[in-house]
This record gives sequence, C-alpha cells and structure tokens, in this order.
Amino acid sequence: MNEVRELIRVEGVSFQYNSIPVLEEVSFSVAQGDFVAILGPNGSGKTTLVKLILGLFRPTRGRVILMSKPVDEFSDWSKIGYVPQKATHIDPFFPASAREVVAMALLSGRPVAGPGKKEEDEAVTHALERVGMAPFRNRPIGSLSGGQQQRVIIARAIVNAPELLFLDEPTAGVDAAAQGLFYEMLHRLNEDQRITILLVTHDIGIVNKHITKVACLNQRLVFHGSHADFCQSEAFKTMLASGHLVSHTH
Amino acid sequence: MEVFFGYGFFQRALLAGLFVAIACAILGLFLILRRDAMIGHGLAHVTFGGVALGLFLNILPLGAALVVAIFASLAIMKLKEKAGFHGDTAIGIFSSMGMALGIALATLAGRFNADLMSYLFGDILAIDPLEVGLSTALAAVVVIAILANYRRLMFLTFDREAAKASGVKTAHLDFLLAILTSVTVVLGMKVVGILLVTALLVIPAAAGLLLAASFKQALFFSSLVASLSVVFGLFAAFYLDLPASATVVLFSSFLFGVFFLLRRRRIS
Repeated sequence: MNEVRELIRVEGVSFQYNSIPVLEEVSFSVAQGDFVAILGPNGSGKTTLVKLILGLFRPTRGRVILMSKPVDEFSDWSKIGYVPQKATHIDPFFPASAREVVAMALLSGRPVAGPGKKEEDEAVTHALERVGMAPFRNRPIGSLSGGQQQRVIIARAIVNAPELLFLDEPTAGVDAAAQGLFYEMLHRLNEDQRITILLVTHDIGIVNKHITKVACLNQRLVFHGSHADFCQSEAFKTMLASGHLVSHTH
Repeated sequence: MEVFFGYGFFQRALLAGLFVAIACAILGLFLILRRDAMIGHGLAHVTFGGVALGLFLNILPLGAALVVAIFASLAIMKLKEKAGFHGDTAIGIFSSMGMALGIALATLAGRFNADLMSYLFGDILAIDPLEVGLSTALAAVVVIAILANYRRLMFLTFDREAAKASGVKTAHLDFLLAILTSVTVVLGMKVVGILLVTALLVIPAAAGLLLAASFKQALFFSSLVASLSVVFGLFAAFYLDLPASATVVLFSSFLFGVFFLLRRRRIS
C-alpha cells in the first residue's frame, strides 16, 4: 500500500501578537492530495496559522514542518503557491499586465529581456490557460474585473507547478457566479493536478462538495478531520448556530 | 544645434544629466508605487547637511552627501521597522535634522556661499569631468541594479506578502532600495539641486504611469520623459539664459501635462 506523504505538520504551535494570544497549542497535519478548509470565526487565527506555516510569522511556541523541513530551513519555495487575503485589492494604477503579474513568481532574477524568455512565456501562458485567462494576458491587471484578477493571482500561484497551494479568503468581494466557477477550478487543480490545497474560508456551504478535510479554529483547534465527520460534529453545530460560519450554496 | 554639442561643458551636462535622469525615473517608478515618493524630498534635505559637512571638512561634498544620505536612508528604514512610525514621520525627523545640521555647519564654516547655493539649486552646466565620471558610473550602477532585480522588486512592490512567501528576500531588497535611493538623490542634486530633486524622481515616473499598460511600458515612458526633459531643458537653459534645474523640471512638468491629456483622451 502506498504511504501518503505528509506535506505539513504543525506541532503544538502557539502565537501571541503584542502579548495577546492568537493561537494556542495547535497541532495538525496535511497529507499530499488533501483539500483542507480552515474554518473559524473572525479573529480565530485562521490567517495567522497560514502565515505561521509559510514562515511569515514565527511561533511563540511549537514548530512547523514544511515538506519534511522546519519552515525556517525550508528553501524550495517554488513548490508553494500562495494567494494572500485581499489579493484582489489591487492598485488600479499598478502598471502590470496579467502576463507580468504571473511572471512575478518566476524568480529567475533575469533582466527585462534575457535568455530563457521563451520558456518563461510558455510557463506563463500555460498557467493563464489553466485558469481561463490566456486571452487577457496583455491586459493591465487594474482593468480586469475582481473575478478575473483573482484568476490571474491564482495563475501566479500555480505558474511554478507547486505541490501545495494556500488560499486565504480568495473569494471575498467576488460575485456568487464567479465564486462557483472559481471553486470548480480549484477542484480540478486538486483532482487532476494533485495539488494539495489549504483554503481559509468562513463559507462552508460553497466549498463543501470539494473539500476532503476540515481544520476548525477558535484560537485552539476545535476540530480536525474529514468533512463528513465535521458536518456531524458539535463544533459545526456550535459555529453554525452562533453565525460564525456561513452556509451558502450557489 | 551643432554649436551646443561643440561645447565641452554642454556635452558633460548632457551625458551626466541623461544618465542621472533615467536612473531617477526608473527608481522613482518603484518609489511611487510603494507610496514612498516623498523619501526623495526628505533625503534631499538630508543631503544638504552632507554637502555642508563636506564643505566644512573640505572634502568632496558629493562624497560626504552620499555617506550622510545612505546613513539617513537606513535610519529611516529602521525607525519605520522598530518604532512602528509611518514613513512620513521618520522622513520628517531625519530631513529636519539634516537641514539643521547643514545650517549649523555652513554658519560655523562661514561658507554659506555660492558653493552651497549651487547644491541647493543645481548647476549641471558647471559640472566638472570628475563629477561627470562619478555621476554616470553611479547612475549606471543604479540602473543595472534595478534591472537585475526588477522582477523581484516588482513582486515586492505589487504584493509584499506573496513575494515573501515565494522566497523573495524582502529585507535585502528594502536595503538595496534604500541605498539606491540615497545614491540617486545625491546624483539628482547635482543636476537640479536639492530643492528640485524630488521632481526628477516623481514627475517622469508619474507621467510614465499615466500611459503604461505594462511595467515595461512604464519603464520606457518614464525614461523617455526623463531624457526629453534633460535634452530640451538644457537647450532651453542655454537659449533663454535660465537655470538648467528650472528648465529641466518645467519641461518634465509640461510632458506630464501632455501625458495627462493623452490619457484623458484615450479614456474618453
């Protein structure tokens, strides 16, 4: 039987911001191929947890292992794609075409025009095709709609063919129809490309047919397990009753 | 027109002016997009203290200004990071200190004179061969450093958090930008003077942003406005017997107006 590879292990992680506890004693792991929803009310530490896993914050206690290495020692960042919160709050005057935004993640350090440009172009075009944005490659990013900008940002996150994709509230401010298409696209990336996905959201309804695992936070990890088990859990009922989870279906 | 190119001082002014203006335009693009445009203004005030220090110690004022500007630029960066001040507060503190230092030293040295005035208002047509060599070399270094890191700088400017999570050494790039900004401000000071150096950093880059549909276009348009401003500004200064600093800045302002109208026309 094939052993499933563990990509993330969070061990007893606590984090304080200005002496205020944000996360306490969080432990869980993510295996290759998982599509994990990180759920919880506002201020529950969802975004902080993602930033700790990515090494953007240092835990006050505990440690994070990313692809078998402590995150401080991890260097193979091309295997990671990240779509931050408010990623589509883009300065409309930022002078970058959709192509240039995607190419930002190809950190070869080459000057404006240099060797390997053809390979870069192919990688960028391929990433834009996968999110259905190839026809818009030369359009300024500021001239695209919120949903289109979001697809370009996803293309940037997958241009290096990552194994692990983090998305933090990626559909905030995007209309319902675009959200449905967006999650279908994530589902395909997870199913067809075997990209492991960690998705921060507070809307369980729209993602419930795609996710395989749930990590539910409220400063502490209150649930971690399969999506089916979560729907039967006390954590789910409590959060839904208190209005901390939205259960839209589109 | 040929007669102008026959003059050694005009050739030197044109060469140094073009290199420095293009460096300012390219760097200015990043500063504007990072909402750090006024750091040029602040550092220009600091360089006044550096020039006065150079004149006081009787060493090359450009060199003294460079050292003081680099120190101030890094101090502004650290003050923002460690004390949590917004950029404008940190810039305000150091620019005032620099000006105060300059006034005190110039008064002590009894040399609040034409030397210092030439740095305040710029005197590109009087630039000597040593300064031309220094200015063009440093401007070339600034342009090469930016182009060599341009994708990382663009990523950092566009989305700092995602850049950091992609392995971009954001602290290193902040440091690089701080050093390059100091060097560029000191170079710009020689072309248009301390009082107008912000114009070289801001106006061509802002004009470029008006029409650009991509980052490459923004780099091209900004450099074009900077170059045309220097060329026509120097001719105007020579013809009209006006300070070159004023004509270069006025010409770049005119081009900004033209680009603004072109943008409005394109939108409508």
